[in-house]
Amino acid sequence: MPDLMAADSTIGNPTINIAIFGGFVLITLAITFKASRNNKSAADYYAAGRNISGTQNGLAIAGDYLSAASFLGIAGAIAVYGYDGFLYSIGFLVAWLVALLLVAELMRNTARFTMADVLAFRMRQRPVRMAAAISTLVVSLFYLLAQMAGAGGLVTLLLGVTGEAAQAIVVTIVGALMIFYVLVGGMRGTTYVQIIKASLLIIGALVMTLWVLGKYGFNLSALLGGAQDMAVEGRDVTKPGAQYGATNVSKLDFVSLGLALVLGTAGLPHVLMRFYTVPTAKDARKSVVWAIWLIGIFYLFSLVIGYGAGALVGPERILGAPGAVNAAAPLLAFELGGTVLLGIIAGVAFATILAVVAGLTITASASFAHDVYASVIKKGKVTGNGEVKVARITAVVIGAISIGLGILALQAGLNIAFLVALAFAIAASANLPTIIYTLFWKKFTTQGALWSIYGGLIACLVLIAFSPVVSGGPLNATTGKSTSLLQDVDFSWFPLNNPGLVSIPLSFFLGWLGSKLSKEKPDQLKNAELEVRALTGIGAEKAVAH
Amino acid sequence: MTPPPDRRALTPEEYLEAQNSPEFAELKRRFRRFAFPMTFAFLAWYLLYVLLSTYAPDFMSTQVFGNVNLGILLGLGQFLTTFVITHLYVAHANKRTDPISDEMRERLERHDFAPGTGTHETTGGATRA
Repeated sequence: MPDLMAADSTIGNPTINIAIFGGFVLITLAITFKASRNNKSAADYYAAGRNISGTQNGLAIAGDYLSAASFLGIAGAIAVYGYDGFLYSIGFLVAWLVALLLVAELMRNTARFTMADVLAFRMRQRPVRMAAAISTLVVSLFYLLAQMAGAGGLVTLLLGVTGEAAQAIVVTIVGALMIFYVLVGGMRGTTYVQIIKASLLIIGALVMTLWVLGKYGFNLSALLGGAQDMAVEGRDVTKPGAQYGATNVSKLDFVSLGLALVLGTAGLPHVLMRFYTVPTAKDARKSVVWAIWLIGIFYLFSLVIGYGAGALVGPERILGAPGAVNAAAPLLAFELGGTVLLGIIAGVAFATILAVVAGLTITASASFAHDVYASVIKKGKVTGNGEVKVARITAVVIGAISIGLGILALQAGLNIAFLVALAFAIAASANLPTIIYTLFWKKFTTQGALWSIYGGLIACLVLIAFSPVVSGGPLNATTGKSTSLLQDVDFSWFPLNNPGLVSIPLSFFLGWLGSKLSKEKPDQLKNAELEVRALTGIGAEKAVAH
Repeated sequence: MTPPPDRRALTPEEYLEAQNSPEFAELKRRFRRFAFPMTFAFLAWYLLYVLLSTYAPDFMSTQVFGNVNLGILLGLGQFLTTFVITHLYVAHANKRTDPISDEMRERLERHDFAPGTGTHETTGGATRA
């Protein structure tokens, strides 16, 4: 590969970066192989036999949730915009309370493998399963797109791979590895990869946080002052408004983003699926408590890392680097600890992407095999093994799609935390209202569920398609390029980048209206079963004994 | 999933009977009385923070000490309340809802709620706790 060492914009030593990443891959592959020996039934493949402990699952949730968006995107947003970047981490964290208080345990008690198991529980099975599966696939694909975009940027920065063809090869390798984890290890292998990755990520972030704080005498005020000294001229990074404060529209956008973040988590299919890997609802509770502590502490670290990158590297160098905003954390690592720390952080960031992508792939493939293939196409007349076979094939297809998307995403250069925020908006609009109504509103009907899921999903996608994200974004003064996905066209009419402010209330309203206008009588017996099972845990799926 | 041979599945009527039992009403009340107001409270507090950051930036920029302003402190306050609410919920679940749900689950497994048996009239000790 001739362009491997050619780029002078590369930081660190690509050989060290590759060696550390390779070490992670080897160790996790070995563990995945070991885990695969126990993969026999559908419950093994989808839910790791339901015998992951609460603590382990908490770590795995953190591993699943602290994606490249959290690590690279939030740190970058804080480094460049300061305070406005901080909102991402607050929204991402507070959102877990919705999952803890309203969703996690009740879902664990009533579902087998997918989100649709609960949503279709007391409705007409096939239409609701189909709707839930479609929204699961869309949310997962958006999330995948964000992760692959992160992988692309990271590769450019750390491995010095600059040619488009060479970048595509690297993305393909990452995608192929991920497919391999999922096929061989199933949910158990994926869980172990996420646990290892979460531990590495949190330790890595801790080291960087202490290092940065040490440089400023453990004085938060001094760190903020340092970041302010380096800030882009005319911007106050310690105060709100640097990114979103410009106009009334951008202010509304900020509120919209805030709403999508806080309501999105409890509707993310790959997060919900993690609750099915533990033996009981109490373990589900324990895992969320662990996750909240780990994620919260990590976001506190990312605040320091973000301001640290702003102060020690400076927004100008960050924005000038390949990968732009997403490069803040790796650049800071290089600034602090040279090639070795950079190599470690780079390896961790790669591991992050690999683990999250594996989690997303298994969720999407489970939803297709369990909801669409087994329930809708085969009407339940399929063996567990047949279903798992379909899930494995789907995993390969989804892996291939995400490789394709990743290669496209390389060109776009959007902040990946922002892309993930769109996935959150879709999850909050299409999934959360139906989950809440199903669990807590007796009179919710099939029609209400379909209106809410499809209404929320379509509203979200249409509003994104006609927003400045896709076309007509403002031109960047230095590069002359639009911030939109498409250049030189403008068919946008929806002013907000994030559709949550409109689509989430709309979806709640449609769920209510659809139920009110429906002639269908809610199924009293099914409702009783759902409610009693949800709160008492009777009839919940048991752990698989090996 | 097929139930183990020694255990028959619960009938829909048993679920209905259980749902209509006083202890289930109490379980549901205890669960909702905590979860609903708390959800409302933390969402309101979070939205207040977002709205203040957006529409009252001058207020949020009030310097408290050094370069640390009110906005950053309130943001850190969101972390603190999240940790506190997590703790409160776990304590509430352990003390107030788990005993009832554990007891009901055991009784459901013994088919205590099968219509006509009448045993569900005797409420367990946990409900009175």
